[in-house]
Amino acid sequence: MLNVSNAVVRYGAITALHGVSFNVEAGEIVTLLGANGAGKTTTLRMLSGLHAPSEGSITFEGRNITATKAHQFTSLGISHVPEGRRIFPQMTVEENLEMGAFGRRGSFSEDMEKMYATFPILKDRRKQMGGNLSGGEQQMLAIARALMGQPRLLLLDEPSMGLAPMIVETIFRIIGEIRDSGTTVFLVEQNAAQALRLADRGYVMENGRIVFSDSAAKLLTDERVRAVYLGEAV
Amino acid sequence: MGAFGHYLASHFTTLQKEFWYLLVGGVANGFLYGMVAVGYTLVYGVLRLINFAHSEIFMSGGFAGYFLMKALVGTTVPSGLSSIGLIGLGIVAGGLVGALVATALERVAYRPLRKRNAPKLAYLISAIGASYFMFNLAGKEFGRYSVSVPQPYINHAVFHVFGAPVLMYDIIIFVSGLIMLFALDRIVATTKLGRSVRAVAQDAETASLMGVNIDRTIALTFVIGGALGGAAGFLFGLGTGVVYTMGFTPALKAFTAAVLGGIGNLRGAMIGGLLLGIVESLSVVFVQAAYIDVVAFGILVAVLLFRPTGILGERLGRAA
Repeated sequence: MLNVSNAVVRYGAITALHGVSFNVEAGEIVTLLGANGAGKTTTLRMLSGLHAPSEGSITFEGRNITATKAHQFTSLGISHVPEGRRIFPQMTVEENLEMGAFGRRGSFSEDMEKMYATFPILKDRRKQMGGNLSGGEQQMLAIARALMGQPRLLLLDEPSMGLAPMIVETIFRIIGEIRDSGTTVFLVEQNAAQALRLADRGYVMENGRIVFSDSAAKLLTDERVRAVYLGEAV
Repeated sequence: MGAFGHYLASHFTTLQKEFWYLLVGGVANGFLYGMVAVGYTLVYGVLRLINFAHSEIFMSGGFAGYFLMKALVGTTVPSGLSSIGLIGLGIVAGGLVGALVATALERVAYRPLRKRNAPKLAYLISAIGASYFMFNLAGKEFGRYSVSVPQPYINHAVFHVFGAPVLMYDIIIFVSGLIMLFALDRIVATTKLGRSVRAVAQDAETASLMGVNIDRTIALTFVIGGALGGAAGFLFGLGTGVVYTMGFTPALKAFTAAVLGGIGNLRGAMIGGLLLGIVESLSVVFVQAAYIDVVAFGILVAVLLFRPTGILGERLGRAA
């Protein structure tokens, strides 16, 4: 479905990604692990057009999308839930969801009802300003907003960041449901244990390179992963 | 009662006598300031920069109206429906040319800087350069003297409020200003187009992730702000005449109004405009008319010193 090969991303003189290659197949949850500054967020930003790679290529469903601009990604079928949620603070919950459907034509009220069914709290809060929601509510809104674009591939950047464990459970359960309903998920997460329990496969990133990859089950028991990302003494 | 008390008392007597008369003129000016101020605030909202060439958009609208009236108004002053039609045409012409000039300005003076991630100071210098270029070009092409616009209507007192005459000119400004500002407010608050402008103002990058074309949205805010500024230029020129420097003072006052209301806040700009128009007009009771500009800019300094976020002090992002 998604194929990245030898992608290089530079910020001025700094090279953030040194020739990264990976792929995501339809129906999978694939997770990208790594420490702060490893290049995880840069990878996601590259996958939604916020930073075009200076070398390498990205194909999505057989189309070359290397030079596609950020605002064209939702209509391709890729939606991005950004790091820190990035809710429009001075728009209501409803308007935030409408923004998610910005690239669509025609009525989307049915999808709106579907989101309210999945996230009942958003229905209760629908006339409230996005900025007044709690962190967990904002994360749900950010996911619902991305789903309003009817993506076939959903990119999630640190959905558990700063949330209470119980809410993290809920968010991960919902990510599982999203995959079960047919949307492919690419998940960047610091919470490696939780991400690997949910994912099918994982990639591990260090200093702008993918250092190894395997099935999630194997990564969970991999010594290197356990030592560095699961914080366990080996 | 001391000397100062006498001073105040005598001036308040004048204020009582002249209040309604000054209020009518102040509100009319206030609508014009508001129409120009929203242009500053819209552009500030999406770009975080003050478009100091907005004065020339105002001027271009004035000249567009002038040439159109010169072409259409004959030797006899029109009346009735033909007056309304001509004024409508003048507003449309001013608005169109204002939008066109604003678009050109964005393309030539701002977009190249944005593509290069230039510092804010570069925008300011670019704006000043564009402004000087445009008003000097107008001076060269259209002459250096103020000319009056052929009047497409008879400016009589239509009715009186507490003895103060309300002129046809005032009513034209009230009605057209009210329609345009109300329409703008509704567009920004309720339409998809308005939502895209607010989204870019709140978080441009996330807006682009939602599928909003940022370049197009920025261009759009210039078009909207330019249209209202150009239309205001026509209405101003209709009463005061047009000259290549006509934009400078009114636009600077409109900028004051935008700061007064809270820069980036759409309704703030409208309220700030009205307030500034009224305060400025009433102030002639206390200071000589020659000092009227001092009052407006005194307000600017005071707002910046004591409440830099303005009266409403919020951002364009807000719908209501």
